[in-house]
Amino acid sequence: MSSPRLRVLPHLLLALFLTFAGTYQASAQDAQAVSKEGVTPGATDGAAPATGGGDAAAISAGDALFKGNCAQCHAVNDKVVGPALAGVEKRRPISWLIPWVKNSSKVVASGDAYAVKLFNEYQKQQMPSFALTDKEITSIFAYVKSAEGGTKQAETPGGVTTENSPKADEGGAAKYVDILLIVLVVVLIVLVVTLVIIGNLMRDVLRGRKDLNGRDVEVLEQRTDWSKIYRSPVLRGIVGTVFALVLLYEGVQQVMAVGLTQGYQPTQPIAFSHKLHAGEHQINCAYCHTSVYKSKSANIPSANICMNCHSQIKTESPEIKKIYRAIERKQPVQWVRIHNLPDLAYFNHSQHTQVGGLECQTCHGPIEKMDVVYQYSALTMGWCINCHRETPLNTKGNGYYDALVKLHDSKNAGAPFTVSSNGGTECSKCHY
Amino acid sequence: MGRAPWPCQRESTQVPKSPTMKYWKGIEELENSPEFLQTAFSEFAPMKDLHPSSDPTAAPRRDFLKLMGFGVAAAALASCEAPVRKAIPYLNKPEEVDPSIANFYASTYFNGADYNAVLVKNRDGRPIKLEGNPESPITRGGLSARAQAAVLNLYDGGRLQHFAIKGQKSTPEALDREVMSKLGSAGRIAIVSPTIISPSTKRAIAEFANRYPGTSHVMYDAQSASGLLQANSGVLPSYNFERANVIVSLGADFLGTWISPVEFARQYATTRKVSSEKRTMSRHYQFETAMSLTGSNADVRVPVKPSELGAVAAALYNGIAGGGSSSYSNPKLTKAISDLQANRGASLVVSGSNDPAVQTLVAAINQTLGNVGTTVDLAAPSMVRQGDDARMNALVEDIIGGRIGGVIFYHANPVFSHPMGEKLKAAIPKLGLSISFNDRLDETGSLCQYAAPDHHWLESWNDFEPKRGFLSLAQPAITPLFSTRQAQETLLRWAGNNTTYYNYVRNGWRNVLGGNFNAAWDKAVHDGVAMGTALAAAPAPSAAAMSAAEALGQLGSAKGSGIELTVYEKVGLGAAGFESNNPFLQELPDPVSKATWGNYLAVPRKMAVEQKWEQGDVIKVTGNGKTIELPVLIQPGQANGTVSIALGYGREMAGKVGDKVGANAAPFMGIATVTLDKTGANSPIAQTQTHHTIMDRSQVVQENSLANYIKDPKKVTEYETIVTPDGAEKPSKVSLWQDYQYNNHHWGMAIDLNSCIGCGSCVIGCQTENNVAVVGKQEVINRREMHWMRIDRYYSSDAHRTDFDEKGKLATYAAMEDPSENPQVIFQPMMCQHCNHAPCETVCPVLATTHSSEGLNQMTYNRCVGTRYCANNCPYKVRRFNWFSYYSNEKFENVNGHMFTDLGRMVLNPDVTVRARGVMEKCSMCVQRIQLGKLEAKKQKRRPMDGEVVTACAQSCPTEAIVFGDMRDPESRISKLLKREDGERAFHALDTINVQPNITYLTKIRNAASEFFPEEKEA
Repeated sequence: MSSPRLRVLPHLLLALFLTFAGTYQASAQDAQAVSKEGVTPGATDGAAPATGGGDAAAISAGDALFKGNCAQCHAVNDKVVGPALAGVEKRRPISWLIPWVKNSSKVVASGDAYAVKLFNEYQKQQMPSFALTDKEITSIFAYVKSAEGGTKQAETPGGVTTENSPKADEGGAAKYVDILLIVLVVVLIVLVVTLVIIGNLMRDVLRGRKDLNGRDVEVLEQRTDWSKIYRSPVLRGIVGTVFALVLLYEGVQQVMAVGLTQGYQPTQPIAFSHKLHAGEHQINCAYCHTSVYKSKSANIPSANICMNCHSQIKTESPEIKKIYRAIERKQPVQWVRIHNLPDLAYFNHSQHTQVGGLECQTCHGPIEKMDVVYQYSALTMGWCINCHRETPLNTKGNGYYDALVKLHDSKNAGAPFTVSSNGGTECSKCHY
Repeated sequence: MGRAPWPCQRESTQVPKSPTMKYWKGIEELENSPEFLQTAFSEFAPMKDLHPSSDPTAAPRRDFLKLMGFGVAAAALASCEAPVRKAIPYLNKPEEVDPSIANFYASTYFNGADYNAVLVKNRDGRPIKLEGNPESPITRGGLSARAQAAVLNLYDGGRLQHFAIKGQKSTPEALDREVMSKLGSAGRIAIVSPTIISPSTKRAIAEFANRYPGTSHVMYDAQSASGLLQANSGVLPSYNFERANVIVSLGADFLGTWISPVEFARQYATTRKVSSEKRTMSRHYQFETAMSLTGSNADVRVPVKPSELGAVAAALYNGIAGGGSSSYSNPKLTKAISDLQANRGASLVVSGSNDPAVQTLVAAINQTLGNVGTTVDLAAPSMVRQGDDARMNALVEDIIGGRIGGVIFYHANPVFSHPMGEKLKAAIPKLGLSISFNDRLDETGSLCQYAAPDHHWLESWNDFEPKRGFLSLAQPAITPLFSTRQAQETLLRWAGNNTTYYNYVRNGWRNVLGGNFNAAWDKAVHDGVAMGTALAAAPAPSAAAMSAAEALGQLGSAKGSGIELTVYEKVGLGAAGFESNNPFLQELPDPVSKATWGNYLAVPRKMAVEQKWEQGDVIKVTGNGKTIELPVLIQPGQANGTVSIALGYGREMAGKVGDKVGANAAPFMGIATVTLDKTGANSPIAQTQTHHTIMDRSQVVQENSLANYIKDPKKVTEYETIVTPDGAEKPSKVSLWQDYQYNNHHWGMAIDLNSCIGCGSCVIGCQTENNVAVVGKQEVINRREMHWMRIDRYYSSDAHRTDFDEKGKLATYAAMEDPSENPQVIFQPMMCQHCNHAPCETVCPVLATTHSSEGLNQMTYNRCVGTRYCANNCPYKVRRFNWFSYYSNEKFENVNGHMFTDLGRMVLNPDVTVRARGVMEKCSMCVQRIQLGKLEAKKQKRRPMDGEVVTACAQSCPTEAIVFGDMRDPESRISKLLKREDGERAFHALDTINVQPNITYLTKIRNAASEFFPEEKEA
């Protein structure tokens, strides 16, 4: 496989294909890339486990409230900044919990023994007050109750396995073909080597014989005339054409890649590790990216959010000291922006997270494994559109879609109700 | 009636209106001048003369080089790496601010004349748009064009950015030291300001006056209401047009500029809305000289000379009170008198005159009719005009005479806006102490020794009491951009009080708000408005200046001669010139003349014909020794023998935008008679009226009379039908296209031509919301204005060009004299009609304009290659082409400055793309608002509520003429309205061509016997 001529072969094939397929090729490749790189439609549908009783509407309302208000400091089953909330209703009565959520410092100040103990246990960090109604608070606890026990939620995405299984099969088949190919190549190599050995043996045997005439000797000593092939106009033509086509192909590839920054991984002013924070410590994304569920922008965390923990944790680290310096000098940290959509495209995080129910990883990749964040997805229009064509809408329990789902099912039974079938690929959904 | 040829044979349903009504947008169209014809049939102006080069080969060579340059640049660009961009978060994020989520703060706009309660839309800490505050009982969610545009003034680079002593940059401390050392020995000190309606500011001024006892505070209004104040014992009555069945206005432009136009427009429109259940509306008579916005909405409009206005008032008074002979008579006046008498207690007479005699008679008429207490409210008087002409004139004389030690100009620019400005200009530098609080070094401020610029109102705390008992608050929506200081704080500091103005206002309100003060204060700040009064007890009413009999005597002797002049205030630009550096307002077409960028001499057609003046001829106006040169504009409806000039133009030191635009008419205030001489020069007027003409197609606008409406609402609108094999059918029954299915939403809009008063508020609302570029005077002349929304103003008359053949030239001209002398006017807001069978969509070669599943006609800028086919194929002429990079081409740096600098760009709406050169743009139906509304609903897992999504134009409309909503939701306002009006007043513009717009208009109904509608048999 190391011969230069052999390396040209796949290029030749590709180039020929390119000539016929024209520019369509590029977009098709994009689409292919997307399907390979793992936008897993619906992979996140099952984020809310079906366990637990209670009113489904209250739970879903509680889910939204929890994400918006509590998830920054609390997890259901893990201790984060504040205590794990699982079983909280068993520990304290709801009549205690509601005033606590509304104004915890008031409860502490009132001298409530449990409250004071809790306050001291958590380094005297005050829980902020929340202007929520009693009903809203109860719905949050309903959600907490429903989510109890599912510690490894993120790793066991429920539902839509049927969607994923054909793809898995496909992957298995591809692997099988690869193995088969390798075996065939090995067999081929063995055969060729055997043939060469046999040929050499035969030649040696024949050379040893004395009864050969001149003609036989000529045949035996025949050598391939490489210079003839080199001078052959046909071969020269073929090589030239192939070379030109490869050049063209590479050129087109280069041009199509202008402005594409997939894999962009700049050095940031502070060596912040998502692997450490999101991966090992399991801090909810929304703890720092506070507006990811409610706004267009996910919000790059401000220094005061870092200070929630780092006023006490790892205060000696030189990287953390950079934050202190920023605060002292009143100079905000200038992060390098990784995901740059063009100004003409409108993208809203909350549309995809809160409404669509997508996980951050769907677009940002295995962020919890990245020490330094890089741009995982292509962020091209083809990439967006493809997902909008394939992803079924997250309509469950959303009153906005109820009538639409009925209408869709009555007209196209069986076909999934995707984003694009609700007009999600129209121009002014993203361009205005 | 001549129509563009059309392949279908058409039948009209019988409509009882004049069969030969002719609509025309301008004199050119009425006359069908060759220049008009040349441009009428092409969407784009001819390209010649646009390159001011004499060498014909120059342009192609340059273009070639440009292309070469572009090629090199493109190649270089392709090899470049993407630039490194920074994401800079807050250091300490405020809890209530989330990036890209808009916050709204209630505040108050008051520029010395107009009061508007506003909501400030803040994105990432910067105000980007002003919206009406629906909590306000006065403006009720409406917002004037001026207030809409005011957000741009905050980011005006022409503002003075620091304190200054004799023009040199200084610090507040240094200035305080110097000024305070001089104040004590200054002797008589005067504070000159426009009307101040802030109780706390007045307290601060009083505190200052207490510390420096020689201080007097003089207020003056550029458009004064002194006469009205004098006639009403020193108070400005509140008016309630909502209760008036008959309205008679003697030159008061109450819908455009007079006292409180937004409030009045809402009240007025309430009486004008009709439905088959409510077949009544008010009748509005207008006697005026220049064609004003109010006059163009009147049912009966009578042009009168300014000198006759007194006689009209006297005749009206005599007619109502009985007795006395009058020098003026007119059958329309007689009808007005009988209408007034039939509606005692439910009628209203107002006058914009500054003559105390006229106002005394008007007050007496309202008194006699029993309107005081119903439509005229003296108990809760308006505060927005407090200027006293006599005191101001005395002060100016004192300044000129050197009898004043020091003057503080508090947002006042009398050098520009006072008739004696020239003399003041010479006198101010001689003052011992002169201080300016003005926001820039303007004509007055630049002459002062000290400049202590005030914060912009969006950076300030303040309170207001526009009417006694109605309070309003302003709160800062942004940290001060420059090193300025709130003027009240400056005054207090000089008076020895070092409190912040916030505490000062707050403490002042302790007596006003009852109960728990902290809670009440928070609520007042949140709402922006509150009830209660912070003013001192009403002063004992002074005696009226004169009695009605005295007034009659005075008016009887008034007599006009020669060519009479009126100076008036524009709806866009105020008379005081505060808005001159605002490009939005400079480019806002005047509602009636449709002129932008500058003032002009409006003359009646008869005068122009007699004097052989063409539009744009520069005329020298001379009166009382003063001269001014202005181009002529032929204004249909201008009273014969009169001319009029707008105030507020001709600034010298307003800034890049406003300088040298038009000429200053302030010196002509109070001059009745002028002489006019042609100079021979020509200065084109940037008028938009005949751009985008609809080529004489009928059924664009529809109107009918109230009498016909009362008879049968189903017969007031003309629905054309086309002949098919199955008989006459609606045009929409025959179609080559498949109809769209709308499963989710179907957005639509209804515009009631009966309530639209043509004020232009929507035009500016749209412009700020959608980052629409300003193009400047020359480009408007080139017919390339970018407004997504325009208000078409049609004059209507009986005459038509086919009359030339049928009736003969002379007879036609004779007949035409009359309509252009006093034509009727109809306004029609026109924007993309979002056709369901859109002609633009089918001709786009790159599918840059497509139809959405929600009924929107989408324009995709990044796909557009600029063929302009769509604009050519649009029957409504609503598409705009970006001929230039208005945000980077230095040609537009002055007029479109807010897209050039980092400071100016803060005003841009981050949700809307700034369009590049070479692409088409048009109304998107505020798709960014639709998307946001849908998203909010989805997040809350429900359907959007009606009224939750509203376009910028519908939101800003002071009269609620525009209704926007989801036509698929049967419970929405628009669905109910369209259902109710279907077959009655609802019509589509150009229905016959069957493009099936999503915008529906409602036929205008006039409550009048007129030249065009037959007299009603019985009322």
